Amino acid sequence: MKALVSLGASTLDRIAALGRATAILTGALFAKPTPMKSFPLVLKQIYVVGVQSLLIILVSGLFIGMVMALQAYTVLVSYGAEDSLGPMVALSLLRELGPVVTALLFAGRAGSALTAEIGLMKATEQLSSLEMMAIDPLRRVIAPRFWAGVISMPLLAIIFSTVGILGGHAVGVDWLGVDSGSYWSIMQATVEFNQDVVNGIIKSLVFAFVVTWIAVFKGYDAVPTSEGISKATTQTVVHSSLAILGLDFVLTALMFGTY
Amino acid sequence: MNDLVTIDNLHFSRGDRTIYEGISLNIPKGKTVAVMGPSGIGKTTLLRLIGGQLKPDSGDILFKGQSIPSMSRTSLYKARRQMSMLFQSGALFTDMSVFDNVAFPLREHTNLSESLIRLMVLMKLQSVGLRGAADLMPSELSGGMARRAALARAIALDPELILYDEPFAGQDPISMGVLVKLIKELNDALNLTSVVVTHDVTEVMSIADYVYILADKHIIGSGTPQEIKQSESELVQQFLHGQADGPVPFHFPANTLEDELLLTGGTK
Ligand SMILES: Nc1ncnc2c1ncn2[C@@H]1O[C@H](COP(=O)(O)OP(=O)(O)OP(=O)(O)O)[C@@H](O)[C@H]1O
Ligand SMILES: [Mg+2]
Repeated sequence: MKALVSLGASTLDRIAALGRATAILTGALFAKPTPMKSFPLVLKQIYVVGVQSLLIILVSGLFIGMVMALQAYTVLVSYGAEDSLGPMVALSLLRELGPVVTALLFAGRAGSALTAEIGLMKATEQLSSLEMMAIDPLRRVIAPRFWAGVISMPLLAIIFSTVGILGGHAVGVDWLGVDSGSYWSIMQATVEFNQDVVNGIIKSLVFAFVVTWIAVFKGYDAVPTSEGISKATTQTVVHSSLAILGLDFVLTALMFGTY
Repeated sequence: MNDLVTIDNLHFSRGDRTIYEGISLNIPKGKTVAVMGPSGIGKTTLLRLIGGQLKPDSGDILFKGQSIPSMSRTSLYKARRQMSMLFQSGALFTDMSVFDNVAFPLREHTNLSESLIRLMVLMKLQSVGLRGAADLMPSELSGGMARRAALARAIALDPELILYDEPFAGQDPISMGVLVKLIKELNDALNLTSVVVTHDVTEVMSIADYVYILADKHIIGSGTPQEIKQSESELVQQFLHGQADGPVPFHFPANTLEDELLLTGGTK
């Protein structure tokens, strides 16, 4: 009986949180746009959220591309199919690893920072003081950060995949001796723009939407104490990661499943 | 009916704890009203209720004759443009300099040119003695300086109603004197209405036109500073003279100390 009650209570809590999250999202999305004022704010946040995540994305992309080439080569070479290394690396990156790993890194690097920043603004009454100045914090603080995340992540994913393909080239061609011409030409022949590139970008957009939403919501909804903020930050990373992996399965089934 | 704010039979509680049990007070236009009371009694809460950040359980809060709790979001934001609040913590935006903090409401709510804004900001900073600190970040300010910078920001738009939450906390005697004078001057020169929450009895008595003393969910004393000083209420006298013993409890509600000590001792 007790278990049932607490199950019910926690379910209600979840639903209430979902309601608050939706309210924040709509408040931010449909905030009265003031392009002259919003644009610089979004740009600044793109710098904070996107540009400052660039290094970790570049390094990770490079290494993942190199590791993939190494792994794939050992398998392919035993079938004499090492010429397919190019498409192998490119497809895995564009369809899967680019969007997914970028989103996971983004959640850890930028999402947690967003949550902590917004939570701290709440704890130090900066959000309250905006409200009292008749400035909607959803428009002034949440919306620019949300849009910056949604814009930055797909771009980061593209950069990730590009660097990964170059890393694969470095290992496969320069080190292991696969023919450079076939690395590129078979890749070009195999990768389809709509099927592979566009779908990857769509995945990335969905992840961007969800991760940034979780990050700004957790910050805005945080209990305004040090403990509350640290909890919210952890939750951002955990919830985002689970959401990314779950959604990835659903999206992959919809996009590439043949049934 | 010359009241800018009227509070009528206000009830408010936080969870199970009742903070206000039917208080009524008036804030006349152009006057300075002081609100005093023991720590934790709900003074900050009262300011937040006036600003519409909290909703009363029952009773009404009128700002210029309009009910704050039942306003739509849009009209509430419109009403808030005519008021401003100095937060107890200052609440400066930590990602911008002192100058930008003070300029913030001007940039958001007016279309003034940057050179005019600069002029106004420097004047406000001068009036709180921080013109030299314009380029510092909030983290580089002392507590008292941060409070004064926040004050400069609160008065940047010359709002009709200013809610000061403990403006004098952490100020040395000189800045305290300057701030007292500043609040007085704003009132006299611009005919602003001020609500000052404070513990500094003597300072506020010198500038307030009217004083309310809160304790135990009710208003226990009100009147002009003169009337308050001569009040025969034991409660009021205890508060004014800072006596620990008397009808106003100093402690947050709890079991008696003896009970508590015995209890924890007994479990060992
Ligand atoms: N966010 C909150 N949640 C629950 N209770 C709160 C919250 N904020 C304040 N309270 C309670 O409301 C009461 C009034 O708080 P308030 O901050 O208004 O006091 P105050 O009179 O301003 O005190 P001080 O002079 O110390 O600033 C306190 O007893 C506090 O326990
Ligand atoms: Mg207070």
